[in-house]
Amino acid sequence: MAEGSIVAGVLAPHPPHLVYASNPPQNEPKAECGWEVLRWGYERCSKDILAQKPDVFLVHSPHWMTVIGHHFLGLPHFKGLSVDPIFPNLFRYHYELNVDVDLSLMIAEEAKDLGLTTRIMRNPDFRIDYGTITTCHLMNAAWDIPIVSISSNNSPYYFSNEVGQQQMAVLGEATRRAVEKSGKRAVLLASNSMSHRHFVTEPEIPEDMSHEHVYHHGQYLWDMELLKLMKAGKAREMLDILPEFIEMTVAEVKAGALTWMLHALGVPDYPAEVYAYGTVIGTGNAVVAWHHEQNRQEVAAHG
Amino acid sequence: MAESIVSRAFIVSGMPHILLGGDRSPGWKSLHDSYAQVRADLEACDADLILYFSTQWLSVIGYLFQANPKPTWTLVDQEWHELGSIPYEFAVDTEFAPFYAEEVKQAGHHTALVNYHGFPIDTGTVVAQKLLNPDNRLPAAMVSCNMYSEKNEMLTIGQAGARALAKAGKKAVVVLVSNLSNRFHVKEIDPAQDCFSSAKDHEWNLKILELLGEGRMEDVGQCARDAAREANGDMGFRGIWWLNGLLGQTNKFTGHVYDYQPVWGTGAALVRLDPAAPVLPLAHLELESESEVIEAATLHDPKLKAGATGVAGEPLSAQPAKPAAVSAAPPKLVVSAPPPKAKLTADLINTAKAPAPVGAYPHARREGDFLFLSGIGPREAGTKEIPGVTLDEDGNVIASDIVAQTQSVIRNVKTILEASGSSIDKVVDVQVFLTNMKRDFAAFNKVYAETFGDIGATRTTVEVLSLPTPIAVEFKVIAKV
Repeated sequence: MAEGSIVAGVLAPHPPHLVYASNPPQNEPKAECGWEVLRWGYERCSKDILAQKPDVFLVHSPHWMTVIGHHFLGLPHFKGLSVDPIFPNLFRYHYELNVDVDLSLMIAEEAKDLGLTTRIMRNPDFRIDYGTITTCHLMNAAWDIPIVSISSNNSPYYFSNEVGQQQMAVLGEATRRAVEKSGKRAVLLASNSMSHRHFVTEPEIPEDMSHEHVYHHGQYLWDMELLKLMKAGKAREMLDILPEFIEMTVAEVKAGALTWMLHALGVPDYPAEVYAYGTVIGTGNAVVAWHHEQNRQEVAAHG
Repeated sequence: MAESIVSRAFIVSGMPHILLGGDRSPGWKSLHDSYAQVRADLEACDADLILYFSTQWLSVIGYLFQANPKPTWTLVDQEWHELGSIPYEFAVDTEFAPFYAEEVKQAGHHTALVNYHGFPIDTGTVVAQKLLNPDNRLPAAMVSCNMYSEKNEMLTIGQAGARALAKAGKKAVVVLVSNLSNRFHVKEIDPAQDCFSSAKDHEWNLKILELLGEGRMEDVGQCARDAAREANGDMGFRGIWWLNGLLGQTNKFTGHVYDYQPVWGTGAALVRLDPAAPVLPLAHLELESESEVIEAATLHDPKLKAGATGVAGEPLSAQPAKPAAVSAAPPKLVVSAPPPKAKLTADLINTAKAPAPVGAYPHARREGDFLFLSGIGPREAGTKEIPGVTLDEDGNVIASDIVAQTQSVIRNVKTILEASGSSIDKVVDVQVFLTNMKRDFAAFNKVYAETFGDIGATRTTVEVLSLPTPIAVEFKVIAKV
């Protein structure tokens, strides 16, 4: 069996607004329009990623929250209705998805070997969180590629951002090892926004874009600082300032998805491709891809 | 006499282990068994509906109100999925929901009624419903817990609930679904060996339960902030404030603690509060009805320190206790006598956690949305010690450290602000008095910037000939509440 590889990693946020505004048949509410910059950026990213024919998507979502370690979906098929507890008016999505249970178990085992606590979720009545659903839909609306769904372990919240990020670095290493052993071509999806301060009211028409803008300039500056580092291929430097970024912008990356993904990629030193940046109820969101396999091929070809 | 809007109130844990855990843990089993008595007491109530507030139903855009007449689903908890599934069907009082939403809207908050099939009802509410009201004997009402809310906002939401009940002409059994301490063991444990995750959490829980056992709801509300900070209170103990607002911010209850046990390290309790007087909605918004002095006096009461009598008549051990049911002794009627020095109006604040005033003035006074602090020096609370000041036998200053003094002043300011329902980040103006500008300004200025650098408060610094005690610095602070 050939060694598996990580094809790409994508910062793939999960505002349900983007699904809502796309009007897919799976979602009950219907919109007129909205958040086009982000949605169209997502479309371009999805097209590029699917062209690389991955075998599996690995998604880490902050809305499957656990405190006893890192949980993995452990049944092959799930079908149900995901209703966003915050925006039920926008997101009531009928999903049906397949899970790569073999790879889930392999990652969980590798993580356990590296000292992390893991659990496998085998309850067939379990409802998949809306973060996972949103990110996976926006990346592959056909749902024809299985996923590995990983919970967000919130126990590091008791300690510090640094402790939490360190644990996610270990999970990233475990993920990379498991993917390589699996022989599969995997794409990692870090389902996180960037700055996360947001408005606490909602316009009468949710997709009324005259209300949409960044929460405040300070947040915007922080987002741009991170995007600048991503574009410059300075993931290490970005990870170094991530704890401060989290403090300053109440960032969702505290849950660790971005750190997990970047460590699984070996902390890339090549430029990421920023497909889009925009705000959703004031939060900063970016669709950013690290085309890992393409970069390796380019390095091999050109040195 | 006016009709009470509340028949009884309960504080219960919504951990699924209590419903689904079976005999795996003696503590979980004990709570399950005790829930049966809570249910019997609830069913004895004369009420039109059961009003739930769960710290596990979180909202960020204002407040949500369940308006689906018959929400039906099979719940699996995100964390505790291995315990099993919980099918549920609620009968919701859809008539009451818009009353409550309107009152919250009138108080200035975003509201929404949720009436969607599949909307996730939180584990806490479902567990409580399955154990208290499984046959929908009473219709249910539910309001979300806004995760950004603070004390005054939670009081407001509770008060709005009381007004809504009065306007709807309904009488409720009120159920707060909340743990006390909420610090989990973060690794696998043997459920049979479940214990409180921290001795400090356990000690704070016992303090809270002693107050609740005496029906001192308002006092619990006053010390909830400290308890939450020290013992990782469930969602910052927001639910306590909501309940306090709804129940009228008084201590006029008979309390009874049914049980208190660890559930995966958290503090899970079952408590009943019987109104000793009719619960009526406040005529207008009152956000702080009693002084923080009550909090201070309560928490510094030596009876509540470790080694004294706890809830169950057991010593408050510094070690987590073995799971043991709290005494089922009949509740005693406690008409709460104000602690010493508690005679203050809502506008004047004193706290025993800050140095006692050296004259006839309070630590702070609230006027509208503003809080005015008296001049605050570096002396330590409860002592005559002044950090950074060394005196000889005659009381003359022989060494003065402006850094230590400034740090102590800032600590005292923070203490008073928090005792007043404010916080350091709400400071808008500071006047600083130094007794030696030339010697001390630079060092003072550096320490000041460490705390106030990002706050943006205006500041005026002046040199004065002397201050009333042998101190070198004093702050005069104005803050928003």
